[in-house]
Amino acid sequence: MNKNKIQIIIDGKKIECEKGKTILEVAIENGIEIPALCYHSDLKVNASCRMCLVEIKGIKGMQTSCSTKAEHKMDVVTNSLEIRKARKTNLELIFAQHREECNDCICKFNCNLLKLAKSYKVDIAKFFDRKTNYSVHKFGPALVFDSSKCIDCRNCVEVCKKQGVGFLEIKEKDGFFQVVPSKDKNKDCVYCGQCAVHCPVGAFEAVGEFEDIERCFEEKDKLLIFQFAPAIRTSIGEEFGLPYGSIVTEQLVAGIKKLGAHKVFDVSVGADFTTVEEANELMEKIENKATPCFSSCCPSWVKFIEFYYPEFIPHLATTRSPQVIMGGLIKTFWAEKENIDPKKIIVVSIMPCTAKKYEIQKKELEVDGLKPVDYVLTTRELAYLFKKWKIDLKNIKPEKQDNPLGIPSGAGVIYGATGGVMESALRTACAKTQKSGRLKIEFKDVRGSDGVKTALIKINNKEIKVAVVNGLGNAKKVLEELKKNPKLYDAVEVMACPGGCVGGGGQPVPVDAKIRQKRAQALYQIDSKKEIRLAHENPVVKEVYKDFFVSKKIIHKICHTKYSRKKREVEIPKD
Amino acid sequence: MGRGGAGFPTYLKWEAVNKEKADKKYIVCNGSEGEPNVFKDGFILENYPEKLIQGIEIALETIGNSSAYIYLKKDYYKKFKKLLEKLIGNLPITLFEKTGGYIAGEETAVLESIEGRRPEPRIKPPFPTESGLWGYPTLINNIETFYSVAKIADNEYKNTRFYSIGGDVKNKGVYELSENLTIKEILEKTHNYPLFDFFVQKGGGASGEILLSNELDQMVKGVGAIIIFNKAKTDLFVLMETWADFFMKGNCDKCVPCREGLFRIAEMIKKKEIDEKVMEEIFFVLEKTSFCALGRGAVVPFRSLINKLMS
Ligand code: SF4
Ligand code: SF4
Repeated sequence: MNKNKIQIIIDGKKIECEKGKTILEVAIENGIEIPALCYHSDLKVNASCRMCLVEIKGIKGMQTSCSTKAEHKMDVVTNSLEIRKARKTNLELIFAQHREECNDCICKFNCNLLKLAKSYKVDIAKFFDRKTNYSVHKFGPALVFDSSKCIDCRNCVEVCKKQGVGFLEIKEKDGFFQVVPSKDKNKDCVYCGQCAVHCPVGAFEAVGEFEDIERCFEEKDKLLIFQFAPAIRTSIGEEFGLPYGSIVTEQLVAGIKKLGAHKVFDVSVGADFTTVEEANELMEKIENKATPCFSSCCPSWVKFIEFYYPEFIPHLATTRSPQVIMGGLIKTFWAEKENIDPKKIIVVSIMPCTAKKYEIQKKELEVDGLKPVDYVLTTRELAYLFKKWKIDLKNIKPEKQDNPLGIPSGAGVIYGATGGVMESALRTACAKTQKSGRLKIEFKDVRGSDGVKTALIKINNKEIKVAVVNGLGNAKKVLEELKKNPKLYDAVEVMACPGGCVGGGGQPVPVDAKIRQKRAQALYQIDSKKEIRLAHENPVVKEVYKDFFVSKKIIHKICHTKYSRKKREVEIPKD
Repeated sequence: MGRGGAGFPTYLKWEAVNKEKADKKYIVCNGSEGEPNVFKDGFILENYPEKLIQGIEIALETIGNSSAYIYLKKDYYKKFKKLLEKLIGNLPITLFEKTGGYIAGEETAVLESIEGRRPEPRIKPPFPTESGLWGYPTLINNIETFYSVAKIADNEYKNTRFYSIGGDVKNKGVYELSENLTIKEILEKTHNYPLFDFFVQKGGGASGEILLSNELDQMVKGVGAIIIFNKAKTDLFVLMETWADFFMKGNCDKCVPCREGLFRIAEMIKKKEIDEKVMEEIFFVLEKTSFCALGRGAVVPFRSLINKLMS
């Protein structure tokens, strides 16, 4: 046997596994179900829900499998009368603090608590809900935290800290240590929504999540245009029981059409425009020795800079995010072309992101007095709508995106994964400056889920130092490094969420590193099969630059924005 | 024997820390004494502070490359800071004022507190002897243990220990007596054996077990506290309520059985409606599934009182 392998027995089954894993990890890998609520593979072990109890032969009592390392020859039992009895009571106690709000919960179709309640025959109303009067906190236009649903696992606190934000805290209030938003005016939420996808019981949700999702359909005499983000096409299938990483682009289009959308466009096309503009900015900054140049399409990252590191504002590219450029184009270029009054157009974005709800209400993004995007729905919200209207992505006749704003390059699709924005910009920057030789398309150094990926890339005979930062917590480290050494990098991409938008705060739950990887791989797969893989070669990009972007002014109006130092936006809780 | 609540043999701990390989090691003297009616640490600080420092000094000598902390609950810190600092002189011993409530006296929570975090127990293993303060091997003993170490070194140790005696007694206080005495003998020796109908709580004013007057032919193990209650004058619900409130206030609210279970126990007691089946279910998870000793031990007083005095 391999030195790093050990053998353990779980429920009579002999299992070979790596040394150093916990019993719970081994069980999960081997398809053995042990209930666990506070466990999340992205985070440190809490061992607080006391549900993953097991018995180990030779050791008295019960142990939590999440915090006990598997050891050679260990003989583990995951289910016994004692264990069931203990789990049942602990579950009842958990229900006693969790106010059920099942109809409108992001766990509605996938609730771990209710599943467990059924299998342990739990009386969910045995005790009155301790937290009935607990507050609901709104975090800007992006997130809602209903603390009456919280079961105190504190995953959100940890993930927020991991994001380098630390907006969520544990404070003693009315005799209990509770999760509360910070009252410190020097702290603010950046709306990434990682709290929402790491909460096991749906205590966080996007603003409007499920209550307000049909508002866009109530707009009278309006033309409804939907656009969907790169990262949706490889994640929403999960909500319909499809395997992780299933590509459902055309099913998604068909589903949205069924909901009554007039046109369905692809935000990846907007990404192609973003790429062209960002590549220009990067070249300019290099030229003017004004690097580093930071990517600007992630609104959480932008807010992070505006609030926590305003001294870096000059380094943020002014290029707008893909959905915003697209919205602008829909209400100008496309409206003109189709001869439609832009005021009659409603643009709805389907995004993997909660911060996009915040982004669209920024005044400075308006185009001729109109908001480029009127509504943002998360992946989860769209899935909810589909389910409500009995639209099953598993059994639907695929349809193509509409022309001309529906056909992206491969570069626009990989925007959904960490490194994708950088790779797209590099493809374009290299192609535009390279005079001869084989063109490099794939930049594998900037792919993958490492916290910070770096590479040296030759553009226009100059070596430029690029860094791709995965997750805001890592961004904080890179910014601190840049403070000391401003010349450390020339180009920096930051995606606030782990794995990039595939791991966004608006994506289906559950999510973990493996799931994010599958969603990302599928995006690269789409890209590899595309004929056009460079953003600036996308025909619609060419057309717009030739016929519509006739002046700097109009490019600026549609494609660029400005930033400012931000004060705290989330209201400071009173009590 | 250690003199903490858990009674872990002292020499095993010393040995464990000693045999670890590390470039530095820590010694922590736990003076967080947090239970109602227990005040022996205060007594030692007041009367034998030199012995305490001497005990820690012996630990510093025994464990190579080590430095020490004395972790003191707030009032002890205020009262004895000056005195201890004088005795410490140049020794590598730092005084640290306890943060947080009762749980902050749990040995791994002490470490969290000294490291500047919210005091909460850590997952064990690793045990502090392997990985304690800032990840270094750490010896944690309480004040009385260091005191005894010094006495042993001076050949003064005569198998005695300290007892805090409190409650409805005439001669409240701390007594140093033979460790082999029964509770009955202790009460008699100190002229505290009541003439009225009474019961006793042994081992701490919250987590201690309730004993009836015919159960006193046993020794006090763990924390040496004996509290006397006058049966006629004690409202059992009020008494249990003080325990429940003490635990709810003093715990860290991390794990489900302790946070929610104690809340439900308190709820039943406050309403004076004890559903024995539900109570037993909660006792079961508290005892068997709590994260740390606080939750596991919280069952003892309630269960013994209900069984012995209420049914
Ligand atoms: S809000 Fe959710 S993630 Fe945060 S502590 Fe409560 S249950 Fe856990
Ligand atoms: S949205 Fe992000 S920054 Fe805001 S509370 Fe949640 S995890 Fe923290």
